[in-house]
Amino acid sequence: MIPAPFTYKRAWSVDEAIDLVARDGDEAKFLAGGHSLLPLMKLRLAVPQTLVDIGRLRELSYIRDAGDHIAVGALTRHGELASSDLLARELPLLAHAAGQIGDPQVRHCGTIGGSLAHADPAADLPAVVLALDATLVARGPSGSREIAAADFFRGLFETALEPDELLTEIRIGKPAASGWAFQKFTKRAIDWAIVGVAVQGGRVALVNMGQTPVRAAAVESALAAGAGAREAAAHAATGASPSDDLNASRAYREHLARVLVRRAVEEALART
Amino acid sequence: MKVTVTVNGGQVAAEVPDRTLLVHFLRDVAGLTATNVGCDTSSCGACTVLLDGRSVKSCTLLAAQADGSAVVTLEGLANGSGELHPVQQAFRAEHGLQCGFCTPGMVMAVVSLLEENPDPSEAEVRTALEGNLCRCTGYHNIVRAVLAAASERRPS
Amino acid sequence: MSILGTRVVRTEDPRLLTAGGTYVDDLRDPELAGAASVTFIRSPLAHALITNIDVSAALDAPGVVAVLTVADINDLPPPPPPPEEGFEPPPGSEAAPLPLGGHWSEPLLAVDRVRFVGEPVAMVLTDDSYQGEDAAELVSVDYEPLPAVASIDAALAGDSLLFPVTGTNVAVTAGASADGTAFDGCEVVVERTIVNQRLAPVPMEGRATAASWADGKLTVWVSTQNAQLSRFVLAGAFGMDPAAIRVVAPDVGGGFGAKIALDRDAILVAWAAKHTGRALRWVETRSENMVGMTHGRAQRQRIKIGGTRDGRILAYRNDIIQDTGAYPRMSGFLPFLTGLMAAGPYDIGHVAAANRVVVTNTTPISAYRGAGRPEATAAVERAVDLFAAEIGMDPAEVRRINLVPPDKFPYSSGGGAVYDTGEYVAALDKVLAAAGYSELRAEQARRRERGDVLQLGIGVASYVEITAADAAGGETARVMVHDDGTATVYTGSSAHGQGHHTAWAMLVQDELCIPMDKITVIHGDTDLIPFGTGTYASRSLQLGGTAVHNAAVDVKERARAVAADLLEASPADLELDTESGVWQVRGDPASSRTWGEVAAHAGPDGLAADANFTEGQPTFPFGTHLAVVEVDTETGKVRLLRHVTVDDAGTVLNPLLVEGQRHGGIAQGAAQALLEEMVYDADGNPITGTLVDYAIITAAELPSFELLVSETPATSNPLGAKGIGEAGTIGATPAVQNAVVDALSHLGIRHLDMPATPARVWAAISEATANSATGEGQ
Repeated sequence: MIPAPFTYKRAWSVDEAIDLVARDGDEAKFLAGGHSLLPLMKLRLAVPQTLVDIGRLRELSYIRDAGDHIAVGALTRHGELASSDLLARELPLLAHAAGQIGDPQVRHCGTIGGSLAHADPAADLPAVVLALDATLVARGPSGSREIAAADFFRGLFETALEPDELLTEIRIGKPAASGWAFQKFTKRAIDWAIVGVAVQGGRVALVNMGQTPVRAAAVESALAAGAGAREAAAHAATGASPSDDLNASRAYREHLARVLVRRAVEEALART
Repeated sequence: MKVTVTVNGGQVAAEVPDRTLLVHFLRDVAGLTATNVGCDTSSCGACTVLLDGRSVKSCTLLAAQADGSAVVTLEGLANGSGELHPVQQAFRAEHGLQCGFCTPGMVMAVVSLLEENPDPSEAEVRTALEGNLCRCTGYHNIVRAVLAAASERRPS
Repeated sequence: MSILGTRVVRTEDPRLLTAGGTYVDDLRDPELAGAASVTFIRSPLAHALITNIDVSAALDAPGVVAVLTVADINDLPPPPPPPEEGFEPPPGSEAAPLPLGGHWSEPLLAVDRVRFVGEPVAMVLTDDSYQGEDAAELVSVDYEPLPAVASIDAALAGDSLLFPVTGTNVAVTAGASADGTAFDGCEVVVERTIVNQRLAPVPMEGRATAASWADGKLTVWVSTQNAQLSRFVLAGAFGMDPAAIRVVAPDVGGGFGAKIALDRDAILVAWAAKHTGRALRWVETRSENMVGMTHGRAQRQRIKIGGTRDGRILAYRNDIIQDTGAYPRMSGFLPFLTGLMAAGPYDIGHVAAANRVVVTNTTPISAYRGAGRPEATAAVERAVDLFAAEIGMDPAEVRRINLVPPDKFPYSSGGGAVYDTGEYVAALDKVLAAAGYSELRAEQARRRERGDVLQLGIGVASYVEITAADAAGGETARVMVHDDGTATVYTGSSAHGQGHHTAWAMLVQDELCIPMDKITVIHGDTDLIPFGTGTYASRSLQLGGTAVHNAAVDVKERARAVAADLLEASPADLELDTESGVWQVRGDPASSRTWGEVAAHAGPDGLAADANFTEGQPTFPFGTHLAVVEVDTETGKVRLLRHVTVDDAGTVLNPLLVEGQRHGGIAQGAAQALLEEMVYDADGNPITGTLVDYAIITAAELPSFELLVSETPATSNPLGAKGIGEAGTIGATPAVQNAVVDALSHLGIRHLDMPATPARVWAAISEATANSATGEGQ
């Protein structure tokens, strides 16, 4: 119920945040909205020695039209994404998916950067940025770098970020194809996705079908080759390695993936 | 560390352990015990308060994260002369509470909901309350209370 | 006009809505100033010997006041020795709501072994609760694992015994074994093994206890459904005079039956306060609550139903195996109630039930909203639908044919209970009409015809249930009128959300014409109310309310005599003016005296009367629920679209309160059918130990409910009241479960165990479609 003791530090600039984390090496974590990290700490499944609160870095909270792409600051909250007119026009997949995360209270606190850096394969935004082919901008002691979404998610709760790197921005090219869809299958509305599907044009990404979000490459190839939704969706589970858990067996997840991909592709096609 | 939070309009400042959760800061330091803890996985919403005007689960925030911010709890909802907020009135009129344990968090979640969506449909109300668990009422009268408060609400 | 029967908003609410309730964790009584925090160290294993406990590291942790283990419990009277000869359960244990004890006794702190994950092994007392969690991690317990008995089958196999000296895991056996003849005359017989799954009560406030020992008196505040019983339990456990113990129930955040008994954890807190001389407070976390608070249900049932091809049910049998968890805290009581109500609302010639109670290495089972009766209703309602499917008759029609007709009351049911009053067919017809049953069936047929992905299911459940089963235990009340014209009611009942303060004030206003805002209701403090029974079994209005009514009637008569003396008139000439609430000589308004003036004249004992209503009888509310579900046949997801009910609990005192109880009951009942299950793995580890995994139903999964009015008065109390608290749950679960099966019946599916999670529904659909592909039957 209560986190193990730790030292709290507060950063007032990105450079200061990076510096504070770099000092404590592996034992320090960034604290954004805290809605991925604090629940783990309260159950003592995560026991960082130092938390560096970056919640005051308002300069990292923005949604901007940068011409050929949309730039989203890493500390933008899910609720802000969901209610953004700019996103509703340019990236409705992101706006809609963000509006499905957790409940209103969670959406008032959780941030896109926090969610992506936490890399829970059952979370919604990792699959969404994969489907959007986003570029993630990270800053560390030695400067900034860009990481393609396809290279960002490495394993269960594991990303390409170094421990002392901070996500600062998510860059998403304005989609050429307008069709999009987001199918999130849950037992209750509040639950994590048992399986989820994000579609943007011809790109299809899966939630909770493996240790990381995955692109349904076989589905994408079939669609590119002119297959219809049902035929393409038959490949939904190809190459995926979904887990067995309380809510679903592997076989049931694979079945759900096929059904949801079909529905998502049909929905996306109806939007074009 | 030293944490200063404006709670229900009054400043509360104290030296607290870094890991102090906002809900315990409110209950034990500010002495406002209406806000309750109902779970340890951020599932139940009994701890919901307003932070800078938006509903948050105070068990999933460090007091330190609220340093310098304004918090409103159930105790701060009625106006200065003791007149009940329309949401409080509606909960009573519609019998939207039984044991009362989820009620402070539920009421604050509803206040926030109506700020963001002043005229919700029943379906929108039910979805918006998915993070607030109640074991007594079956939600039926809570939904009635929200819809009644929405139609009663004076613009703020 | 009488206030009784009208919608009155609650007097409890202004405080709850502005300052919030005062639950145990909110108490700031002076006796608790500086109270230390209690944190329990609990077993992480389901079944193991304790080989060593090392508290040395914990003793050095910041803020630690004491670390206590079983070795420290040296100042309590020893428990009674187990019987010397044989291991027979004590007589009556098959029907007593008491722990089996003896060789099956449950210790306070675990002694030499642990029998469930969550069993308390040690306690650490710290200055604050944060330190308590840290210090608890430093207590080092060594375990030698034993094979876990994690299921009914493992219990029956008996390879590993929880109580080796008994030689078995079967703690209680009761009921009539099957005779060969009951089903002989039946053209159709259907048999099935079904599961009424283990649930967690999850009141929003978990368990909490605070205790203070000062000047030879022990004061205990506990989140409980009955302070008076708790006091007697503590007196017995400590060998103390009850007069030296005060128990207080503050605001309680829900109980649902799991806060009736005083848990060992609460007794330990009280003991530790006495042992250390330090005031203490314990407030469990939700994770603790999920394994530490008793669970509910957990029956496996073999149901057998037989009758004629034209729909007449002739015989029904339910063989129950009750999983009681690690300790038989309620002996055979729960399945006894299941057997008592086995016949449901049906007129069935041959009814029998038998049960075995087994222990497993899981959290102990006790009462949970309905306590044995939801299990009875769910079983017979599944049986009726299975019978209907077998003979190809509409399930509502089968019910109509077999429901006890209105002219047969009082009715001696096949399970043994005598049902007092009922209009079962009328309830069914009311619900079917309000739901638009034939149009629903037509819509279902259209969707099947079209082969829609979203199929409709309509589930019907008729029920009767027993409330105030322990009516003989009675309930107490004292009503006092003070010389300022206000009144106080002391009630032995113990509301934890039910609104008794409002209801009892309504009763007093009705009798004495004192306005509600001048009436204070007090409960739950044994210093003020030493004798009372508490709130459970849906007993409080019919027994506690009647006691309040009777005491008020007594006060009125005393007041009449006092007013007569005051006015120097004959009591027969005195009347209480119902408009103005004053006493006067009939026909002489100038003689009027207020209640306050009369009370002032009443002398040193004031105007007061006590009542103990023990003449009540168990009563039998009844009804019908109809659920409409939509099943996505591609994914298995179920949506509850509508829920229509009659819940007839006799004369209604306050419709607002009754509706609230029905709503809450329906939600919990639907949740059992669709979402909730407490799951253990084969090693006895709980898998659904948090509210992330244990799926409490939310507002987003429920529709608004359609409640119909029906009042068939009880005849055993002057209020005409039966109990409403559990009826909604009892009716809702089978209606929703039947609806899910009904949605899939065109695929050949006859049964689906609860909860109807998407995974379970989809598995049934894919098996059925595979079977039809290969031509195999169900």
